[in-house]
Amino acid sequence: MRALLVCLMLVATPAFAVQPDEMLADPGLEARARAISRDLRCPVCQGEAIDDSNAPISRDLRLKVRERLMEGDTDTEVIDYIVARYGEFVLFKPRASGSGLILWLAGPAMLLAGGALAFAMTRRKPRPEPDLTADEQTRLAELMKE
Amino acid sequence: MIVELGHFALILAFAVALVQATLPLYGAARRDSRLMALAEPAALMQLVLIAAAFGALTYAFVVSDFSLRLVTLNSHTDKPMLYKVSGVWGNHEGSLLLWVLALALFGACAVWFGGNLPATLKARVLAVQGMIGAAFLAFMLFTSNPFLRLAIPPMNGDDLNPLLQDPGLAFHPPFLYLGYVGLSMSFSFAVAALIEGRIDAAWARWVRPWTLAAWIFLTIGIALGSWWAYYELGWGGFWFWDPVENASFMPWLIAAALLHSAIVVEKRESLKAWTILLAIIAFGFSLTGTFIVRSGVITSVHSFANDPERGVFILMILAFFMGGALTLFAFRAGSLEAKGLFSTISRESALLANNVLLAVAAFVVFIGTIWPLVAEMLWARKLSVGEPFFNAAFTPFMVLLAIILPVGAMMPWKRAEIGRALRPLRGALALALALGLLVYALQSGKSALGPVGAGLGAWVVLGALTDLWNRAGRGGIADRIARIGRMGRADWGKATAHSGLGVTLFAVAAMHAWSQEDIEVVPVGGSFHIGGYDILLNAVDQVQGPNYVSTTAEMVVSRAGDPVVTLYPEKRMYPVQAMPTTEAAIDYRFTRDLYLVIGDPQEGGGYAVRAYIKPFANWIWGGALLMALGGMLSLSDRRYRLAAGARRAPAAQPAE
Repeated sequence: MRALLVCLMLVATPAFAVQPDEMLADPGLEARARAISRDLRCPVCQGEAIDDSNAPISRDLRLKVRERLMEGDTDTEVIDYIVARYGEFVLFKPRASGSGLILWLAGPAMLLAGGALAFAMTRRKPRPEPDLTADEQTRLAELMKE
Repeated sequence: MIVELGHFALILAFAVALVQATLPLYGAARRDSRLMALAEPAALMQLVLIAAAFGALTYAFVVSDFSLRLVTLNSHTDKPMLYKVSGVWGNHEGSLLLWVLALALFGACAVWFGGNLPATLKARVLAVQGMIGAAFLAFMLFTSNPFLRLAIPPMNGDDLNPLLQDPGLAFHPPFLYLGYVGLSMSFSFAVAALIEGRIDAAWARWVRPWTLAAWIFLTIGIALGSWWAYYELGWGGFWFWDPVENASFMPWLIAAALLHSAIVVEKRESLKAWTILLAIIAFGFSLTGTFIVRSGVITSVHSFANDPERGVFILMILAFFMGGALTLFAFRAGSLEAKGLFSTISRESALLANNVLLAVAAFVVFIGTIWPLVAEMLWARKLSVGEPFFNAAFTPFMVLLAIILPVGAMMPWKRAEIGRALRPLRGALALALALGLLVYALQSGKSALGPVGAGLGAWVVLGALTDLWNRAGRGGIADRIARIGRMGRADWGKATAHSGLGVTLFAVAAMHAWSQEDIEVVPVGGSFHIGGYDILLNAVDQVQGPNYVSTTAEMVVSRAGDPVVTLYPEKRMYPVQAMPTTEAAIDYRFTRDLYLVIGDPQEGGGYAVRAYIKPFANWIWGGALLMALGGMLSLSDRRYRLAAGARRAPAAQPAE
């Protein structure tokens, strides 16, 4: 799970991720900040969102997100701002463009293929019963004799 | 001395596994009954030897024998006894030993309960089990030997990771391993059947109980792990889509598909090739899971020591078993012709749709898990795939599954009409829609998640109840109830497991839609409010535990002046590993959990405190328990008990 042992051990006094002093006074903006920071990955941890991480860099990122929101950025702009500086590694939800399309379309494509295959199966004509094997022939002959 | 005996037993088990993997297989090909009969004592012998090795390692942990490298790295004299014992499998080497112990146990069970199997099939099944055992024993002995000594034993050990010192986690791995390894049994049956070139209703009847048992263990294991994450990690999450969680979830999904498709083989002799393929893939995912946890290719908290040599070894095991089985499948699948044909609208089609949805869902989880690896190899891009992706890409398939489940479950075999199948469900449909609308009207937010979850959950649960009611036939209420009471356990199991799925679906949606959270700085003696509750931070004390120091807060919860409960959240420091843990205090109620966490003292005075209200949290694991219970009811059905008792069932018996 995300209880990043490494991260936890790096920080001497772990508290929870989001500290009270970071939070914005405006509950609407704060809610947006939380939503954004749940989708951004802590760059030095093993799979924690910056919202859950105790690493100092996550705190910096959380503050940055809130700073941009205060300046009036939209959610997309904030995310673009962070991605421009830290790379697409920080996105927990890869973008559905370029090779990312493969990832997003893999499931629906499989469903279509599976559905078509299954449908074809129900339409199949019965094949004639296979002939008996040699063993079965002799066994049948024995039974008939009785 | 005892440790050396354990080590020796392990080496001997490897030798026995080699015999078990080869001679019976040869014997089955030559129709040599003496060689085939060798499989049984070999399987039992393996269990005895591996159990002895496991006992020896447990002994070393219990007496804290620090001359053993593994004990030094994972134990400490101050540790409570429960965790000394669970420390045996709280590490890479020991958990592998538990893995092969489970494998040997399943092999022995195949001997004990497989009395009615045809001799060649039994010999081949046990031989394939022997191959898997030999592969993993070799892996242990050559790369991960738990019995290595230290030349200079230290005075005391390094202690077990404090996060793992928890009752929930002590029992989580054994269940998971029983599940993973149980799927090896379905795999062995599939490979043996491919070698025999014959699959029929009787085969499905033999293989289904093993799959069911594996699936029950996986369900319990996953639920335990998720519950542990919820109460231990301190932010109330229950599922993080971590690679290792996914590694246990993929086999679960495929096993669920397999145990449904095996019904079609058993009742209708259809979907044979597909069922075999699922059995192979299910075990493939188990092995992939092992690879992910132990190779360190994909970063995860769960990873044990990350050693590339080990990764390569597991990859070779995976390649051998999957490559071999799939090649065999390619050669033989054509001969597995279906007997029972069915129309596009029928119970068979509904189960096929279930299979397609579950398999695609597992595939989505798989591709999401390995995508970072693929992107790095192909395009040198470093990227992440996490919770938001899985929530968006996985959920639609579960929603579809929940929509078709009640209808499909009531369809007749061979040929059905949707209209006719829906007729008895009209009441359930109306109630579920009404509940969804009611929830939508009541909730304050705009989110569709809550109403959809409530409606779908109700639809699945009510559908399962309608199915039971309908099966009771016509007549007065008393007659029907009497008939429901006399129904087979398989019918009860089906209704229970499906209801469990409905409950879990609803609870997951509720948790995502209606959780409340509050983060505050509170001085001692101060209070704050969340969701109608007043919470007073009464005191904060330092408490000495057996192998930790705890900062314990006393928090008094009241509602409109009436006391509700007093909770004691803790923050523990484990000095040996210099690692802190949070121990949330949770007030469990039927419709909500109140979840309190104490944090650090703040510079300006006071403590940081986190409080959550988690609606219907218990229902998530309650639903999982219902699913497991349904599986157990189904497993205890009369036809399997008869099948286990009968000694003379012919090999190829037509289903109907």
